[in-house]
Amino acid sequence: MEKGAVSGVEPGTGLTELLPQGGDRLRRAAEFVAVPAFALLVAAALFSAVLLGMGQSPLAFFELLWRGAFGSAFSWQNTLQRAAPLILTALCVALPARAGLMVIGGEGAFVVGGLAAAIAPLPFLGLAPAPVLLALMAAAGMLAGALWIGLVGVLRHRRGVNETISSLLLTYIAVAVLSFLVEGPLRDPATPNKPSTHPIGADVMLAPIPGTSVHWGLVAGIVACVLAHLLISRTSTGFAIRIAGGNPRTALGQGLPVGKLIVLCCLLAGGAAGLAGFFDVATVHGAANVSLVAGYGFTGILVSFLARHNALAIPPVAILFGGIGAAGGLIQRRLGLPDATVALLEGVIFVTLLTSETLYGRFALFQPRAARPRP
Amino acid sequence: MTAAINRRSLLKSTAFGAAALASASWAGRARAAENLVVGVVYVGPRGDFGWSQSHATAVEALKKVPGVTVVEEENVPETLAVSNTMRSMIELDGAKLIFGASFGYFNPFMIDMAKQYPDVQFRHPTTLWSADKHPANLGGYFAYLDQAHYVDGVAAGLSSKTGKIGYIAAKPISLVLRNINSFMLGARLGNPNATVKLIFTGDWSLPVREAEAANALAGAGCDVVACHVDSPKVIVETLERRGVKSCGHNASQASLAPKGFITGAENKYETIYKGFAEALVKGEKLPNVAVGGYDKDMVTNTAYGAGATEEARRAADAAIAALKTGKPIFVGPINDNKGNVIVAAGSSLGNYAPELETTNYLVEGVEGSVT
Repeated sequence: MEKGAVSGVEPGTGLTELLPQGGDRLRRAAEFVAVPAFALLVAAALFSAVLLGMGQSPLAFFELLWRGAFGSAFSWQNTLQRAAPLILTALCVALPARAGLMVIGGEGAFVVGGLAAAIAPLPFLGLAPAPVLLALMAAAGMLAGALWIGLVGVLRHRRGVNETISSLLLTYIAVAVLSFLVEGPLRDPATPNKPSTHPIGADVMLAPIPGTSVHWGLVAGIVACVLAHLLISRTSTGFAIRIAGGNPRTALGQGLPVGKLIVLCCLLAGGAAGLAGFFDVATVHGAANVSLVAGYGFTGILVSFLARHNALAIPPVAILFGGIGAAGGLIQRRLGLPDATVALLEGVIFVTLLTSETLYGRFALFQPRAARPRP
Repeated sequence: MTAAINRRSLLKSTAFGAAALASASWAGRARAAENLVVGVVYVGPRGDFGWSQSHATAVEALKKVPGVTVVEEENVPETLAVSNTMRSMIELDGAKLIFGASFGYFNPFMIDMAKQYPDVQFRHPTTLWSADKHPANLGGYFAYLDQAHYVDGVAAGLSSKTGKIGYIAAKPISLVLRNINSFMLGARLGNPNATVKLIFTGDWSLPVREAEAANALAGAGCDVVACHVDSPKVIVETLERRGVKSCGHNASQASLAPKGFITGAENKYETIYKGFAEALVKGEKLPNVAVGGYDKDMVTNTAYGAGATEEARRAADAAIAALKTGKPIFVGPINDNKGNVIVAAGSSLGNYAPELETTNYLVEGVEGSVT
């Protein structure tokens, strides 16, 4: 179908005139909602077929999915709690992606961030008030994460090392460093069977958002996403990042400092994942141990891809994932389905959403009127 | 006029809502009164041939207790997911007793949940609970599996022709070191020249490294290999292929090695799960700490496989009988493998001696290091 051919409206009349810019923006926004919504429907249909094949009722499944994820205040808290770390680790993928880099090592930055956050306050316990210690921890976590992924950026810029491979391999190094330190030099002797660093103590730990069981990492994640969005879409640096990501040669030709932009994105990305690590230590574990290696960094990759590396789309996608995770337990318990069922649903959603990318720009309804070829 | 109708319809819907809520909570209460809902949280899949399976096997027995409904969730990592799962079991399923079957669930997750839900009982398969530090509705149950490892050792020592035995373990933590030591002491009981070559894989579940370790030990001439990892499936299968005899851990792996399986150290959580549920159904109070080994019917050994010699079976049966009467495993003289005295000649450590909880050495005969 020829683009624009369906429109019976003469160019220069009607909506186009009334909403020259706002209308187009609305159309684009509508496309970003309609296509994923359609993809989710297709995923639900495909998954229903699987459920029918297993002799289960799709209706019961989706009813439980809804109830477990969003059906009550309790379910919402469960969902948001699971979403919180994913928002920040997804940013660790999304920011470098805008600069054309595929960084998948957020897990490593999360781990070193958590480790640094757990170690930093130990010499000052009891000497400084909790807010100061928490600020120190957050700074240490972000710095460690930033340097970790920043190294990936530097290696890419200076040595041409593939950032996907280097960031992935650095994850294994991060986990090994964590194991070495908590089982060796930094081990609290009071943890004979689960090696951990010395605890930061309950009075230093960050309380959840009042009235809920959700921790502040959720708020930090959403703020970080908004800031990242403003950086990418509203600043000249962000514009330069997008050009560098779109075509580095063109960017270089324009005299843009591509290397610096890459490293900047990596530093910010690592900082976000490191901050997530900080929250895991400050709100959940109170010390660093292998429980930090929980795969949040890897799930963040999925979230970022589904959000098409758009910072503002990350929180809703993370909440979708959090919700599926939250409902997973209820589904296992009520329907007696294996845990893998929920992973399968996530996989189906992932595939349909990625496939749906091809639908963008195919429907005249969503196209900017001004951009249409005049007859 | 419209406003009045709106107000009236609003009132009506509110009344409906309230009625619906009331009936829902009634239904919930009625269900709770009839049935004790027990929640079980596993860290791995229920059929893992190991740790989680040892709990799942016990849960199958628990399900047969009248008046008990079991809700289960597997593959729950040691993260906030633990709290979320338990809260969900309490809020949505009405669970009154929760077993959290992984070491890392305890602190901080189960402690927090126990504080938040004082009318729900939480139990954890360790001895971490202490009355002065933790909530009263939390507690521990623990199977002293080193007693079954001791029996493994007795059978392994007598089933080995060369006396060269291998051992694949996850991490050099007290719990694991104690099992290795008890195994070694058992092996030397019937085979004073036995040695145990020890390999640590570094984590609870690293199947590739476990297979490498099994091959390495087979290559080094060990003709029997025992283990302490979450799920020894790969180890036992690899050993069977290499023609090496094996001892299991946590659950039964007998079916994986029809030719070379000797016996295995199994947790018998059934005793606890059924006992606790029956007590709650009767309205009795649960103990905070319930521990034991052979004397309390909390551990067992897998039925002997083709790898166990006649002599080994007899000696192992005798060892089990002795453990049931409380005969100690750590009878002096015992040195560690660096020559330090652990238990002096003429004295002994009881099977529940607190000193053993912080084991940080390997006894003589074990070729390996705790670091």
